Amino acid sequence: MEIKVLGSCCGNCDKVMALVQEVVLEKGLSATVEKITDVKDIVGYGVMRTPGLVVDGKVVVAGRVPTKTEIAAWLGA
Amino acid sequence: MEISRRSFHATVPLSARLIAAGLLWVAAYEVLPSFAEFVAYGALGLDPASALGSSVAFFLYDVPKILLLLALVVFLIGIVRSFFSPERTRKMLGGKREGVGNVLAASLGIVTPFCSCSAVPLFLGFVESGIPLGVTFSFLVASPMINEVAVVMLFGLFGLRVAVLYIATGLLIAIFAGWVIGRLRLEKWVEEWVYEVKVGNTRLDEKLTFEGRVAYAWDAVKEIVARVWLFVVAGIAVGAVIHGYVPQDFMASFMGRDAWWSVPAAVVLGIPMYSSAAGIIPVVQALMEKGASLGTVLAFMMAVIGLSLPEMIILRKVLKIQLIAAFVTVVGMGIVITGYLFNLIV
Repeated sequence: MEIKVLGSCCGNCDKVMALVQEVVLEKGLSATVEKITDVKDIVGYGVMRTPGLVVDGKVVVAGRVPTKTEIAAWLGA
Repeated sequence: MEISRRSFHATVPLSARLIAAGLLWVAAYEVLPSFAEFVAYGALGLDPASALGSSVAFFLYDVPKILLLLALVVFLIGIVRSFFSPERTRKMLGGKREGVGNVLAASLGIVTPFCSCSAVPLFLGFVESGIPLGVTFSFLVASPMINEVAVVMLFGLFGLRVAVLYIATGLLIAIFAGWVIGRLRLEKWVEEWVYEVKVGNTRLDEKLTFEGRVAYAWDAVKEIVARVWLFVVAGIAVGAVIHGYVPQDFMASFMGRDAWWSVPAAVVLGIPMYSSAAGIIPVVQALMEKGASLGTVLAFMMAVIGLSLPEMIILRKVLKIQLIAAFVTVVGMGIVITGYLFNLIV
């Protein structure tokens, strides 16, 4: 599974990153987690507000910090 | 503890919890004046006629009042904003002519969720979908200038009239500044790479439930209150000291309406000041009590809140320095005119 956290400047992106990593670790998922900070790549996903989360190429959330339960559901765990 | 909280959440429906929270809010707001007087004059035994007594009572009343108002307004705006997104706003602005587009963009700037972190992706998205530069600027001016924190502080400390004046003139400045920038044809001062960016086509159709909207709004309350409470406390503390100790009419000579240079000076001074918006308004309110005029004060606040250095640094990624200078000049002139106008008519 390929997980991408979109965001560059506010602390919210780090929050999403930490939550994703927690879920991956707790559920023992095999996934690569990457942070995308280049704004060209961010808008490339059609996202105009950060933080955003992309799972296997699909944007699942943008503009807010999701809950851990939501993230777990998106990751299929 | 965690389990009992969970089951509480599960058994009490959301509507009942919202009503309970609303009643609690009203009750807290109602008892606040007598609470502040009781603590200042009763528990602390201060003399209501003394400078210290009136300063402390002022502080004890204003801090909780502003925080309560802030929580309420941010929550309500959060519910409204959950219906909007930059992606949706972009679609609404697409194909609009200048003029109509400027008015719509400035208005949408108020309700579209936006933080300066997202200014660059938003700018790219707008430009790529063919929204004119001037219309994009109307959005970028209105969005930070007319924000919930500023409006709450103005309403709480200056009253409804000033808050409404601020919103109305802020909208006008955003509309006209955007229109002027559009007329000036400054597209050449946008960084070239901006026009090469391809915005993806991912459609994110998040259908939020009512519970989801409440959670979104509540998150906004927590985030904003956590970010600004210290500024509110510090600002009101300084304001309270001025309120109690600075002599009447002290400010009249340099921020009064007779000092013609005070409006431009206030704007120039206000531009580099930023996150202290929540802290600056109570100070400015106290200064007005001591003879500063409304137009000067309004111009100062608009410059502090609407033209911020950090936002310009972020926008520098997509705009050449000449365009940033033009942007600051046009908006700054709009603010100066507004300041003079209010000094003349109020």
